[in-house]
Amino acid sequence: MQIPYTTEERPDTGLNNSKLGIWIFLASEIMLFGGLFSAYVFLRMAAPDGDFAYWGSKLNIPMATFNTLVLITSSMTMLMSWASLKMKDLQKFKMYMGLTLLCATIFLVVKYFEYTGKFHHGIFPSSSTFMGIYFTLTGLHMLHIIGGMIVMGYFWLPMGNKMWESDSERFTNRIEIVGLYWHFVDLVWIFLFPILYLL
Amino acid sequence: MSNNSHHEENFLQKYVFSVDHKIIGLQYGITSLMFLFFGFCLMMVMRWQLAYPETPVPFVGNLLGDAGILLPEIYNMLGAMHGTIMIFLGVVPLAVGAFGNYIVPLQIGAPDMAFPKLNAASYWSYFIGGVIMLASFFLPEGAARSGWTSYPPLSIFETGQTAWLIGMVFLITSSLLGSMNIIVTIVQLRAPGLTWFRLPFFVWGQFVTAFLLVLAFPPLEAAAVLQLMDRVAQTSFFLPSGLVYSGATVDVYGSGSPLLWQHLFWFLAHPEVYVLILPAMGIVGDVIANNTRKPLWGYKSIVYGSVFLGFMSFIVWAHHMFLTGMGQAMSSFFQTTTMIISIPSVIILTSFFISLWGASIRFTTPMLFALAFLPMFGIGGLTGLPLGVGASDIHLHDTYYVIGHFHYVVAPGTIFALFAGIYYWFPKMTGRKMSEALGKLHFWPSLIFMNGIFMPMFIQGLAGVSRRLYDGGQSYAHAQDVLQWNEFMSISAFCLAAAQIPFFINIFISMFKGEKVDRNPWHATTIEWSAPSPPVPHANFEGEVEVFRGPYEYSVPGADKDFSPQTEK
Amino acid sequence: MSDHDNGHIEEHIKVYLTVFGALAVLTVLTVAASYMNISTTEAIFLALAIATVKASLVAGYFMHLIDEKKTIIYILSLTFIFFLFCMFIPMITEIDHARLP
Repeated sequence: MQIPYTTEERPDTGLNNSKLGIWIFLASEIMLFGGLFSAYVFLRMAAPDGDFAYWGSKLNIPMATFNTLVLITSSMTMLMSWASLKMKDLQKFKMYMGLTLLCATIFLVVKYFEYTGKFHHGIFPSSSTFMGIYFTLTGLHMLHIIGGMIVMGYFWLPMGNKMWESDSERFTNRIEIVGLYWHFVDLVWIFLFPILYLL
Repeated sequence: MSNNSHHEENFLQKYVFSVDHKIIGLQYGITSLMFLFFGFCLMMVMRWQLAYPETPVPFVGNLLGDAGILLPEIYNMLGAMHGTIMIFLGVVPLAVGAFGNYIVPLQIGAPDMAFPKLNAASYWSYFIGGVIMLASFFLPEGAARSGWTSYPPLSIFETGQTAWLIGMVFLITSSLLGSMNIIVTIVQLRAPGLTWFRLPFFVWGQFVTAFLLVLAFPPLEAAAVLQLMDRVAQTSFFLPSGLVYSGATVDVYGSGSPLLWQHLFWFLAHPEVYVLILPAMGIVGDVIANNTRKPLWGYKSIVYGSVFLGFMSFIVWAHHMFLTGMGQAMSSFFQTTTMIISIPSVIILTSFFISLWGASIRFTTPMLFALAFLPMFGIGGLTGLPLGVGASDIHLHDTYYVIGHFHYVVAPGTIFALFAGIYYWFPKMTGRKMSEALGKLHFWPSLIFMNGIFMPMFIQGLAGVSRRLYDGGQSYAHAQDVLQWNEFMSISAFCLAAAQIPFFINIFISMFKGEKVDRNPWHATTIEWSAPSPPVPHANFEGEVEVFRGPYEYSVPGADKDFSPQTEK
Repeated sequence: MSDHDNGHIEEHIKVYLTVFGALAVLTVLTVAASYMNISTTEAIFLALAIATVKASLVAGYFMHLIDEKKTIIYILSLTFIFFLFCMFIPMITEIDHARLP
């Protein structure tokens, strides 16, 4: 007996297995970043007045704003890559997926410059609790970006999109799932950016 | 193609890296039983020291250095690792990884879990986490010794903690993957006709447990990352300013908070205790219904109670923190939620008790353990109440009373239920029954000695003996009157160890020589009993599964036999 | 399979592009707002409010939550409730902390 509802939807829930699975995984991720945001609030309250604002002012807002726009763009291109598959266009899918990977790479490069810029000025996670939580939050977020890139890279490469030939619906489904993860990564940044850089 | 059931699998594919939930369940089962045994041994060494202070420990003394006497630092190490191993490497993997994985797909009429490969990944992540925890004993300065609770500042400076944190990350990942799998499996793969209120209570228990794991573990993962940063990157998330350690001011930025760790830790660790008990209650429910030949009384109350319990478990955590200088408002809040959460537990336990009324009780070994669970969990639960009320908690916090309380719920509570599950489902896994004689030889001494170990702890706790004391209270004036219990408890512990020997012999002998039985030796109603024993690899059932009735249709008036299986037309 | 089919997709793409535009504008807005001369508390509320709007757009339209099935919505609502506990209760406990006079 095959495992049912891997692609087609179960009538009473209206869902397929992976869709439900990824949302539950994302729920756990909400709690993960929630724990870290809770730590941020707690630490800010425990720090002397103005401490967080002082250390926060050392962050580079233009770079981060640029990165925010880059990530939002990558979300859009990710969505378009899925939409291309819904419209049965594998070439467009590859193009948009490539653009998404490009945007993600740009994000990482900017982050690299941000981080090394800090280290160059002798600012490390140990420099203050603000810097500690800044590096931890953005670092963990960055790990999630890299993880996403690995999966997206796999599906972008020929070996990864072979499934399009044999089971196009299942492949489209997989890209939708990857997209949901990627949008979530963007969503976390949407909160990270103002909280860390602007407040 | 989710699984190719037609090609030949080699040994590695079939038994080591299998994606079949039954093999994975057994892998979890064997690994967790080994860890339970190891954690038990750690406890026995500790109890030797408590009973016979400064005396060389037999058998393992030469590993301890210093003339074979257990040093205080090593005592702390054993204590921290005993807790960690029993909870995260023993009970939860057995209750959720082993029983959950093996039984849930069978009880819902599914061919496997929703994500078989992810299932294998979650086992191997657990395995790696376990290896790391064990390996930490061989680090130059040994394993973690800051309690399973790992409170900073101590945990930032003490040995073995980095390995503990890394191990925890693997264990948490395993739990997250596993519980996500269980939720999707239960929601999506129920057989036709299996509506929510036709699910056996075991499945409901696993379902709520999975939600607790998936939503409560991540904040601890976040906290573990922060603690790792404190240890490795010299941050000070949990270190306040001006901290002096071993005579020297600590050279970090400061302005961190030890309380932050406590909040994030207990945010998980409280739901974690319900993770420890819900699968056990699920097993007890199934075993009671089967051995009373009656439906469970109050099935719907039990189900709603469990769901409510799961929800409430997220808002009681700071009752572990009453002594941290909490203000009156928040203290009242947590006392209130803690009192409220006792209600569903009582509902469930009471329903189980009432289920016995007017029943035709079969005193099989699983039933003996399930019956013993009831008063044992009752004691455990009731002794929790003074801990949940701030005024009494002031006296009882961090005393042996707490140790007695939680061991009653987990040891003669959960572990007895897990034993019941092993005896009950062994025939499904192997096609043979375990020996009833050896089962009783396992049960009765275990029950007696469990009480021998843990009942005196309440006495010691009420007298004010603190927990985690290397000398068991020797140096405290207020403990002198209750010190004699130490030897009594330790001897009970050694006897409890001996009482497990019939159990292990039983498993090994019965695997090969046990009485061969047909697919439903207990005459049970739930779906797993309609599969062959053991069930078909990768498919479980021989054909399509359809469900026609509820889970506990025993002694239905007018039926031709005293049980009406769910899958029978 | 799911909710969209070929003809529908083009309409959806228009929605996506609109949302994308809104997100870009809101990003600029949130940066501009940070330079306003307001108290810290007001700044926090404003920043979080704008971020919530952006997040809702991503969640609602990019992640299709706006026409997602009930099961998912229930799970996410439950998660959100626990998220609020995790965020606010430690904070409130800290504020309520007993302090020496």
